[in-house]
Amino acid sequence: MSNDATIHVHEGAVTHGVHHDGDGHHHHKQSFITKYIFSQDHKTIAKQFLITGIIWAVIGALFSVLFRLQLGFPDQTFPFLETIFGKWAKGGKIEPEFYYALITMHGTILVFFVLTAGLSGTFANLLIPLQVGARDMASPLMNMLSYWFFFLASILMMSSLFIETGPASGGWTSYPPLSALKQASLGSKAGMDFWIISMAMFIVSQLLAGLNYISTILNMRTKGMSMTRMPLTIWGLFFTAILGVLSFPVLLSGAILLLFDRHMGTSFYLSDIYVAGQILPNEGGSAILYQHLFWFLGHPEVYIIILPAMGMVSEVMSVNARKPIFGYMAMIGSLFAICILAFLVWAHHMFVTGMNPFLGSVFVLLTLLIAIPSAIKVFNWLTTLWRGNIRFTPAMLFSIGFVSLFISGGLTGIWLGNSTIDIHVHDTYFVIAHFHIVMGVSAFFGMFAGVYHWYPKMFGRYLNNTLGFIHFWVTLAGAYLIFWPMHYMGLAGVPRRYMDLTLWTSFNKFGDLNRMISIVTIVVFAVNLMFVFNFFYSIFKGRKVRTTNPWGATTLEWTTPINPGHGNWEGDIPEVHRWPYDYGKDGREFIPQTESVKPGETKH
Amino acid sequence: MSSTWIIVALILGFLVVFQIAKASEYVAILRGEEKTRKETNRINAFLLLIFLIVGLIGVFYCNERLKGKILPEAASEHGERIDNMIWITLAITGVVFFITQILLFWFSFKYQEKENRKSYYYPHNNKLELIWTVIPAITLTILVGFGLYYWFQITGDAPANSQVVEVTGSQFKWEFRYPGADKKLGRKYFKEITETKGNPLGQIWSDPDNHDDVVVSQEVHLVVNRPVKFVINAKDVIHDVGLAHFRMKMDAVPGIPTTMWFTPKYTTKQMRDKYGPDFNYEISCDQMCGRGHFSMRGVIVVETQAEYNAWLASKPSQYSVAMQANNPAPANNNAAPAGGTAKADTAKTTAKL
Repeated sequence: MSNDATIHVHEGAVTHGVHHDGDGHHHHKQSFITKYIFSQDHKTIAKQFLITGIIWAVIGALFSVLFRLQLGFPDQTFPFLETIFGKWAKGGKIEPEFYYALITMHGTILVFFVLTAGLSGTFANLLIPLQVGARDMASPLMNMLSYWFFFLASILMMSSLFIETGPASGGWTSYPPLSALKQASLGSKAGMDFWIISMAMFIVSQLLAGLNYISTILNMRTKGMSMTRMPLTIWGLFFTAILGVLSFPVLLSGAILLLFDRHMGTSFYLSDIYVAGQILPNEGGSAILYQHLFWFLGHPEVYIIILPAMGMVSEVMSVNARKPIFGYMAMIGSLFAICILAFLVWAHHMFVTGMNPFLGSVFVLLTLLIAIPSAIKVFNWLTTLWRGNIRFTPAMLFSIGFVSLFISGGLTGIWLGNSTIDIHVHDTYFVIAHFHIVMGVSAFFGMFAGVYHWYPKMFGRYLNNTLGFIHFWVTLAGAYLIFWPMHYMGLAGVPRRYMDLTLWTSFNKFGDLNRMISIVTIVVFAVNLMFVFNFFYSIFKGRKVRTTNPWGATTLEWTTPINPGHGNWEGDIPEVHRWPYDYGKDGREFIPQTESVKPGETKH
Repeated sequence: MSSTWIIVALILGFLVVFQIAKASEYVAILRGEEKTRKETNRINAFLLLIFLIVGLIGVFYCNERLKGKILPEAASEHGERIDNMIWITLAITGVVFFITQILLFWFSFKYQEKENRKSYYYPHNNKLELIWTVIPAITLTILVGFGLYYWFQITGDAPANSQVVEVTGSQFKWEFRYPGADKKLGRKYFKEITETKGNPLGQIWSDPDNHDDVVVSQEVHLVVNRPVKFVINAKDVIHDVGLAHFRMKMDAVPGIPTTMWFTPKYTTKQMRDKYGPDFNYEISCDQMCGRGHFSMRGVIVVETQAEYNAWLASKPSQYSVAMQANNPAPANNNAAPAGGTAKADTAKTTAKL
């Protein structure tokens, strides 16, 4: 089905002439508000997601710098903290409640607001219509609503930072009873309600977005764009959307039950509780139930974060190695396998909750199965580089960095997925190191690869390359310096979420290390601020793009004008005749997807 | 003050870098963009190689610096099994790590863009893909096999001669209950908890099994080489009994008792002789539990049977402590809970013992 019927673009009035088919030709004159704020153009919505994501990323990263100050320099005071945060940092020392609020918000912001909304929100919106050859999403209105629900969620989460008792502070997982009992922690007062309601809005946003992505990919591909001619980015985003649509509602139900326990006297998660000198009437609930509901989303969530990154890395790597991605079908197959397994492994976060050991063993098996599709992907990326002719654009460097980090972090997943080892390293710095490398930093690397690669498409200008190279090298080295030694802390049993280790004779040996990590964190933060500066500066002053296809890529987005209007293509949507990875074939540098197959061409 | 200077330095550094970056764009145009691009391509390819070499040295250096700081030998048999599993996994993942990282950076360097190089059109090869599906599958089977073998040993039933100790976590302390001479823990019900009246765990005084139970807090004593089974509870929020030296860990969940057992192999004194006078078997709370989470510390003292007997004998039963606290009218405290209030979950607790 072509969406020419839905949105038809007049030649000569490309940027403004959107009109809905049916009766009469009636033009929407776009004002500033309809063009930049309540826009239904997928490209503008992508930019909105990206810029909101960047703002959140700066805040989330700043929080990590603040708590790293405490961890790196536990015996020093920082008077400027008191100036800014008042009672939360009396005498320049971070209060425990403040510390826990910081780590909770750091996790929530980065996992949900940056790496979910900011990453797939940006690139699904930007790339799905452009790469499958559609004028816009299946429902541009729903798409716009998805951003505005995200915006609402952002406002709520942001306001929770300013309430008197502080934001939620029970960790990004918000396990009850801690998160259900106002008496148990300051952050479990009003802050927790804000957190839950904000997450509910966020989930609505994700569902609107996900349904849209799926229907666009299934229904609105241009002529000739069969499923197996789609770039891997689209496959990654497709599976991401499926994961989100199937798992986010479960988190919503978990959050609503939590809200009931907090305010309506129900006992879904509460039983046998004596807190702050008070005996609560609740009996019969199960605190573990929440963990099942949470991780049924929580685990797919990490794939929601990493699959778009994998897709983009595959695409960027193929373009810049000037070589087809190796094992295209295997790449899709492994994405599919990861997508299925993602739903069957959630309880590996719960090996030490007292779960039946036999059940635990089933989850060990299923968890370690994920290593197989992951290994296939890594080997395929390596083979893609092999005998290529590699151009190191910043996007390509970030893709290589992604693979390196994905290997490092993925291998420690084999440790943690094995319940025997998990008993020892569960909830220690080993876990911190593992997931920051494999889904934190590497998803960021995928995102950076995407931003550097598609920036010319988004803004018609380039990011500054020199800053890009500095950004890459400092971030890569910094990521390893920060997280690699944390594995050792984890093997030493150092628990996560401890704001001070000086009390402990078993764990107080890491003072120097923590100081080093904190200093590197500040440097990496500064360099990434430089990236943010580069991003905004280049929108207005960057080098202009002068050719429609600056990277010599085969995919459809590079057949649009440099600054495409709403509707993407002037004239007809191009027809697709081949898969997207004909690089270096039959002596030709690359063959665009729009070129028809000639007799006697090499088959792939 | 120093933080101001750091911020000033960062801003200055930023300005300098930005000016250089901007200038580099103009220089590139002057010198020819294609030429500059090829030059930076070579530089980045070279840096990737350097990163690989420095990185590998760094891995080695980091190991040298930190390997002495991870824990001493496992102090329980379960711990030894877990350490074995770690070694097996380290060996396998270590090999994969070095091979793949070296290939990644080496290929990147080796196949950097060259004037006369043509990329090799190589879209797929079923044989290769089959190889790297099957080999990881076999390797993982081995890991799952070892893992589950150890897992079932660790999580299996505690030996019949185990000593039973009840552990209760609450914000932000640990309490322990010993069954006393009758070797039975008395029943309890959370609505009986009255900290001011000497009943911090909610023991039901009408149950005679409770009368000789001993309750201590923060420090628990265990006998060396005798299996111990912890029955774990929490009063308010989820906590976690983390025993790094024994390599054990189990959540404490309000309303759902959990268990874990292990056999301590060395007394605290033996470990102190080996690893210095600061050594302690510490209990860390490993599940986020509120503002004092990081300070929720308990201590395990492992000692000989004789030392243990002497220590336990010095502790009064909680019943006698409570009766003393409520001296004026001990009967009041007794009357209410009798019979009726012992609900299903209390029965559940006792059934598990």
